Amino acid sequence: MELKMFILVVVLLVGSLMPLRGASSSLGTGTTHDNHGLQNHQNSSDTTPSKKPFPVLSFDYDHVRTPFEISLWVLLASLMKLGFHLIPSMSSIVPESCLLIVVGLLIGGLMKLVGENPPVLESNIFFLYLLPPIILDAGYFLPIRPFTENLGTILMFAVVGTLWNAFFVGGLLYGVCQLEGHRLGNVDLLSSLLFGSIISAVDPVAVLAVFEEIHINELLHILVFGESLLNDAVTVVLYHLFEEYTSVGTINVTDVFLGIVCFLVVSLGGIVVGAIYGILAAFTSRFTSHLRVIEPLFVFVYSYMAYLSAELFHLSGIMALIACGAVMRPYVEANISHKSHTTIKYFLKMWSSVSDTLIFIFLGVSTVAGPHEWNWIFVVSTVIFCLVARVLGVVGLTFMINKFRIVKLTSKDQFIIAYGGLRGAIAFSLVYLLNEVHFPMRNMFLTAIITVIFFTVFVQGMTIRPLVDLLAVKKKQETKRSINEEIHTQFLDHLLTGIEDICGHYGHHHWKDKLNRFNKKYVKKCLIAGERSKEPQLIAFYHKMEMKQAIELVESGGGSKLPSAMPSTISMQNIQPKKPPQDRALPQLSKAREEEIRKILRTNLQRTRQRLRSYNRHTLVVDPYEDGWNEILIKKKKMMELEKKISQMNNYLTVPAPPPDSPTIARARLASDPQAWGMKSVTESIPTIKVDLASPQSPESVNVVDELSKKGSQPKVSDEEEDGLTMKVPSPVKQRKDKKPDEEDDKEPQQRFMRCLSDPGPAAEEEDEDEPFLP
Amino acid sequence: MGSFQSLPDDHQYRTLSQKTGFSLDQIAILHNRFKQLSQNEETLRRDDLKTIQDLESNPIRSEIIEAFFDRRNFQKDGVGSVEEIGFEEFLTIMSYFRAPPHHITEEQREEMRRAKLRFLFNMHDTDNDGTITLEEYRHVVEELLSRSGALGRETAKGIADAAMLEVASISVGHMAPDEFYEGITFEHFLKILKGIEIETRMHIRFLNMDTTVLCK
Repeated sequence: MELKMFILVVVLLVGSLMPLRGASSSLGTGTTHDNHGLQNHQNSSDTTPSKKPFPVLSFDYDHVRTPFEISLWVLLASLMKLGFHLIPSMSSIVPESCLLIVVGLLIGGLMKLVGENPPVLESNIFFLYLLPPIILDAGYFLPIRPFTENLGTILMFAVVGTLWNAFFVGGLLYGVCQLEGHRLGNVDLLSSLLFGSIISAVDPVAVLAVFEEIHINELLHILVFGESLLNDAVTVVLYHLFEEYTSVGTINVTDVFLGIVCFLVVSLGGIVVGAIYGILAAFTSRFTSHLRVIEPLFVFVYSYMAYLSAELFHLSGIMALIACGAVMRPYVEANISHKSHTTIKYFLKMWSSVSDTLIFIFLGVSTVAGPHEWNWIFVVSTVIFCLVARVLGVVGLTFMINKFRIVKLTSKDQFIIAYGGLRGAIAFSLVYLLNEVHFPMRNMFLTAIITVIFFTVFVQGMTIRPLVDLLAVKKKQETKRSINEEIHTQFLDHLLTGIEDICGHYGHHHWKDKLNRFNKKYVKKCLIAGERSKEPQLIAFYHKMEMKQAIELVESGGGSKLPSAMPSTISMQNIQPKKPPQDRALPQLSKAREEEIRKILRTNLQRTRQRLRSYNRHTLVVDPYEDGWNEILIKKKKMMELEKKISQMNNYLTVPAPPPDSPTIARARLASDPQAWGMKSVTESIPTIKVDLASPQSPESVNVVDELSKKGSQPKVSDEEEDGLTMKVPSPVKQRKDKKPDEEDDKEPQQRFMRCLSDPGPAAEEEDEDEPFLP
Repeated sequence: MGSFQSLPDDHQYRTLSQKTGFSLDQIAILHNRFKQLSQNEETLRRDDLKTIQDLESNPIRSEIIEAFFDRRNFQKDGVGSVEEIGFEEFLTIMSYFRAPPHHITEEQREEMRRAKLRFLFNMHDTDNDGTITLEEYRHVVEELLSRSGALGRETAKGIADAAMLEVASISVGHMAPDEFYEGITFEHFLKILKGIEIETRMHIRFLNMDTTVLCK
């Protein structure tokens, strides 16, 4: 039912797209309608200025044309994506990318039917707007540890593998063209090498799109994905090299040598540019503690600037973006707030998702639109050579790489790596950029590339999932990282470094340790604000875990159970060694009661309260776990001191509370001072656990008070007044009192309070302020 | 250091090679290092290891040095610690850090895992009672965070407690409120570290290749 409605909406959208397109020209090609329109208007105004009736409603499409069409395309793409997930059966068989290409084909076909010229995926738009979000998303969330552990392997595949593919495909195609003769004769060596280099690059967009759905194990994922990212430098160099010299016709040794130098410059330069921007972003984020709202913006803009700067110098933009994201991440994450972190994550995912969808749809549309020249021999031989080259390359390289690896790559792994070498939109755009004059066979190249792309995405993309299941390839482990594993990973790192030092061998671990120490000593101090610069990784991990648990506790509705990773009944008391019973000042307080109180205190430390703040567009609501790291630590300290005091249980005289504030002042004080607020939430909860503070005090609280007072223990109250802590009753209570000062109810609790407290203090009014304590 | 010249204790090298699994070249290299550290004496002492400069900045330095002198790691069923060790013991300790050979059976792999994890366990279980108590675990975490000053010490306790809780939850599951979890036994230790592939993580790379060592 909802599917039918959905399809209706989509058809309406597409239908509306057509006549609008008909009204003016298409997106990609330029238009002169605007000028004509303007001229006409001018002409008419030059002649007789006739009086027309005032236009109540007019249609001015040209005014909003470009943004309107872009938005329409984005909306369409997103609706398509949504639609696929409504059909669960389809999305499990066919990967999304295939469906999107098919949709693109349909739209292109529709447009052609209508007589419109379908837009082609402009290389400019692709490289400047559609590609960066995807790469940034990949780079920012790149798992650094497996990436660096397998860096050698990845580089081998990316550099040597791509070179091998390029020359193999290019060379063989040249041979085929020469053999074939008559129609293909004009494909010279350099052109075919150029074609080979374009088509040999594994495409990150396609790989991401397919691999994300099959949930393969981390190692394989990072190998194929890392390869697709790092081969950009090779592709860029080869492309420019062959393109430059095709017009000349020959290439000599100096050119090759310069090409190698160029490769080093392009890749290292790209990384350096990215790293510089990354450090700038990290440094900027150090100062954003007062203006949290624009933190995500810095991350995005600096990264985009890194990409554009690299492209400015014809360096590898992709590598710059990856370097920027990877460098800035650890420092930025230590500086920014929890909310900004979530924002960055979701924006990146959103943009990359939309980009990805648009790219595939446009691929489909361009297929229908693009000038084609079909040549059976060329296309078929291209497809075959690509496959063969990939398989041979992977097998050969793995054979060499396995000599240096500890975890060897099995043949299953090799198969997946070879099979995962998908081609995509980058290849298409590169061919599209070719100059028709220099490359008369451009259309043929285009057709061949599109065929290869379709083949890899459809055939390989669709069959990889059943093959993964068939071969029983290890899938991604879903388990969360436990604190024990983290402790032991760190322990192992230090242990192995130590052993290496004892052996006298400056290996892998030694340099990693040196880098870490350098990082801790100098870099972190510059780039991370305040206390967190000294925080070791283990503590950071632990705090993150604690916060996650605290959030989980709140989301599960609160309660007196401590959160634990596994559902078990084990709690802290099971592991604490039994202490001998100490002498107590108050022997009446039973151990069970004490434990209960402790538990209550502990759980309420983690509970949060929602309070309404004055609404301001530019400030964020202060949440307890937002900048909470420091606050939580201080709270915990205070908590522990509080517990100590409870266990000691001395007699305190009640100290009169400071004069009561009006509710607004109390709220303002809360708003400005999260600490006092925090402590309040703890202490006020002792008697009124079940009371919702937003609602006025109910008689229940009175009962609780009553119950506790019935337990009859010492009338003395231990006042947990400490430096600067104000013992204030929650404002709703005040409100209640203000509202109905004359009610009997009011007198009752006060009297009961007075019965509890041996030392009532100056005024009955103020009794209520004191936290009625601990019986 | 390519080919290895035959030394008078050639026979000894062969027996060591069979026992620990190192190749003869690797044994020669390690022997050189041993002689360097012990200043050409027959035995190695704790002080000799303490002189290594790079080890100074390692937070778990004392644990590592202790492990070399711990009888439990010599694979001879001894307990307690010794004051000095010979080359054979040195090599035995080093053999814990070998990478698993390419073609081994599942059983052998499991055995290797157990041996390496036993080494780690012995490093934590200092009083040799077969369990890692809360106090011992706390000590481990404190050592790891020892470079972080006061901040480290406070949270070390919390981290150790949370870790123990996790081990107890995973290994035992359900306990009544007044039962007491004694400590992490070796079996529990195996269980919680199942996620880390110890046999491949815990190795020193250089022992794989017969390359020259940067002897300092």
